[in-house]
Amino acid sequence: MSSIGGDHQTHHKPSHERGIGDKGALRDFGSNLLSTPIALRDSIIRHGKPTSDRAKSQTIFSNFFLHILPVRTHLHAIKATTTLGLGIATLVLFIILCVTGVLLMVYYKPSVDQAYASMLDIMHVVPTGRLMRNVHRWSAHAMVACVMLHMARAFYTAAYKRPRAFNWVIGMALFVLTLGLSFTGYLLPWDQLAFWAVTIGANIAQSPQELTDAIGITQYFDIGLWQKEVLLGAHHVGQEALIRFYVLHVMVLPVVTTILIGVHFWRIRKDGGLVRPSHADVDTDEMPALADVSTPLKSYGLMAMMKDKTPAVNREMRHTITTWPNVMYVIGAATMITVFAMLLLGYFFDAPLAEMANPTVPENPAKAPWYFLGLQELVSYSAFMGGVAIPAIVVLGLGLVPYLDREKEDVGLWFSGARGRRVAFISSVFGAVTVIGMLWFTVEFGWLRNWEATAHVPQIVITLFNPGTVLVALFAFWSVATVRVMNSTRMGAIALFTCFLVGFVILTYFATVHRGPNWNFYWSQSDWPVH
Amino acid sequence: MTAENNHIETSQRFKPPATRRDFLGLAATWSAIVAFVMATVGALRLPMPSVFPESNSRVKLGRPDRFAVGSATYFSKIRLWLFRDESGFKAISSVCTHLGCVAERQEDGQYLCPCHGSRFDQTGAVKGGPAPKGLVWLDLSLSPEGWIVADTLSDVGPETVLMAQV
Repeated sequence: MSSIGGDHQTHHKPSHERGIGDKGALRDFGSNLLSTPIALRDSIIRHGKPTSDRAKSQTIFSNFFLHILPVRTHLHAIKATTTLGLGIATLVLFIILCVTGVLLMVYYKPSVDQAYASMLDIMHVVPTGRLMRNVHRWSAHAMVACVMLHMARAFYTAAYKRPRAFNWVIGMALFVLTLGLSFTGYLLPWDQLAFWAVTIGANIAQSPQELTDAIGITQYFDIGLWQKEVLLGAHHVGQEALIRFYVLHVMVLPVVTTILIGVHFWRIRKDGGLVRPSHADVDTDEMPALADVSTPLKSYGLMAMMKDKTPAVNREMRHTITTWPNVMYVIGAATMITVFAMLLLGYFFDAPLAEMANPTVPENPAKAPWYFLGLQELVSYSAFMGGVAIPAIVVLGLGLVPYLDREKEDVGLWFSGARGRRVAFISSVFGAVTVIGMLWFTVEFGWLRNWEATAHVPQIVITLFNPGTVLVALFAFWSVATVRVMNSTRMGAIALFTCFLVGFVILTYFATVHRGPNWNFYWSQSDWPVH
Repeated sequence: MTAENNHIETSQRFKPPATRRDFLGLAATWSAIVAFVMATVGALRLPMPSVFPESNSRVKLGRPDRFAVGSATYFSKIRLWLFRDESGFKAISSVCTHLGCVAERQEDGQYLCPCHGSRFDQTGAVKGGPAPKGLVWLDLSLSPEGWIVADTLSDVGPETVLMAQV
């Protein structure tokens, strides 16, 4: 590496001073040719081996793919308990999905006559096709799970506060996009499950009619039908819907998601890195035994510069380590674990493929993928409330959290400390009791239509007053009460988020395990009637 | 421009009129914005179909004498039950008004939706579950050559009967 930054041409004389017959140029040509591999490498990587602090900084700073990272990273950021690696895992899953997705596109045919057959080809004929499809399916499920867990992590460590408020909103958009990607991909195999899940989904898009019908404005303003027609390009799920979902799944949504992921990561960097608690900047005796914790003589401060609460002058180097190679190890480890887990799942477990879509007979029960099953339980009370209004309220409510809770204390701490842990615990008990109580009540006694006195209430009453809306109202009340009692908006936010999280988990479990044919309650699948 | 004019233009009491350059600049900016918005709206018009693939909603079911008095016949492709009794013919769609699954007709004539448990009685009225309205009764007519024709996009009142001679 002696010649880094140097010039490999061996100029004896400037060319215009050379006389005819002088062999200088030819000699240059020969030695240039011989040293071309080295010159090529040096023209790509324009710094030395990352042994010095300067070269380590340059490795990060002058690489297009790495320069979104700071050259030095706070020690707190690479502690396992800070992020659990969930953001990186989500990104890795997205990349796996892009790669396997493009490979699947080589054989998949988005046509109602051929889609199912091409799925069978991929599963049984195409070399590695089964593995690629399995990995694609499990990665899609894992990405939804990772996005949710990542969101919970960001929430409970208060990473949504200023200056990271808008990045939380972008995260919400990415959450919705991830669900959109999963939902559009769900139709493509064109099997029974796909067909009926998307039929239900498209009719949820139409369900605002429930409200417009009730107030008698459907004939003037039929937003429900409009949404369904734009989504399906028809009134039933068919060829038009398949090609629309395909375009959304392989082009529109991935491109938008890629752009927003870029913005999401870029803002982490601009907002001063990962959120960290104030005690993370206090000197302690126990510094981790990493190779280069010692403060270097020169900081290359401009390259390390980021916006944050300014550390004390000349102390910006404390508690930081060079990103290369320490953070790269962490990213590499998270990547390898994620890829390994997906390969393992894909190798041992086949992605389901039901029989070919049959528009005349629905699956019984027709269950959506697990992340929509909680919603499906709510939808079984009211299509509009469960499928449109409550999800919209949840997404809007979560998006507004950073603007409603601006308390600056205790960021970067899980649950913002002991008080928050207690609120989260009590709220999870409250959430569990109300959700289980509501489910028990609904299964045991039914709802308005099952009771003689209220059997004929107008639809608007059932739309507005059903187990789902009652739950949301209880959760909202609980969080406002927490804000008041604890005199803290952060505690109220923890209460609300915990209630929704617990509600989501219990509803998902309940709809997965305890709902059977005709959406009736069963203790287990073995109790389902045989037919 | 005289000194006096200049004084008026810059005084605090009179807002200086927009210069020609400001006006042209603002006009150009806003026309560009409006053009961009209108172009976007125009481009987004494309996915909104003006013709639907299933635009012909009228389906021939068969000659009236094919169906015995007191019979109930199911047409699975168009999800339609055709009944014949002494008064004539009537047809109901078995597509659940909740989320579009196909409700199954039980032996007692009630309908049960497998997806979310909506129940409808023999007249299609909601008896339970989340369905916002009853099953839809469809318009029946006779084609010139005497076939029964159902309009799958119609919505007539409950148990509307088509009188037809055998």
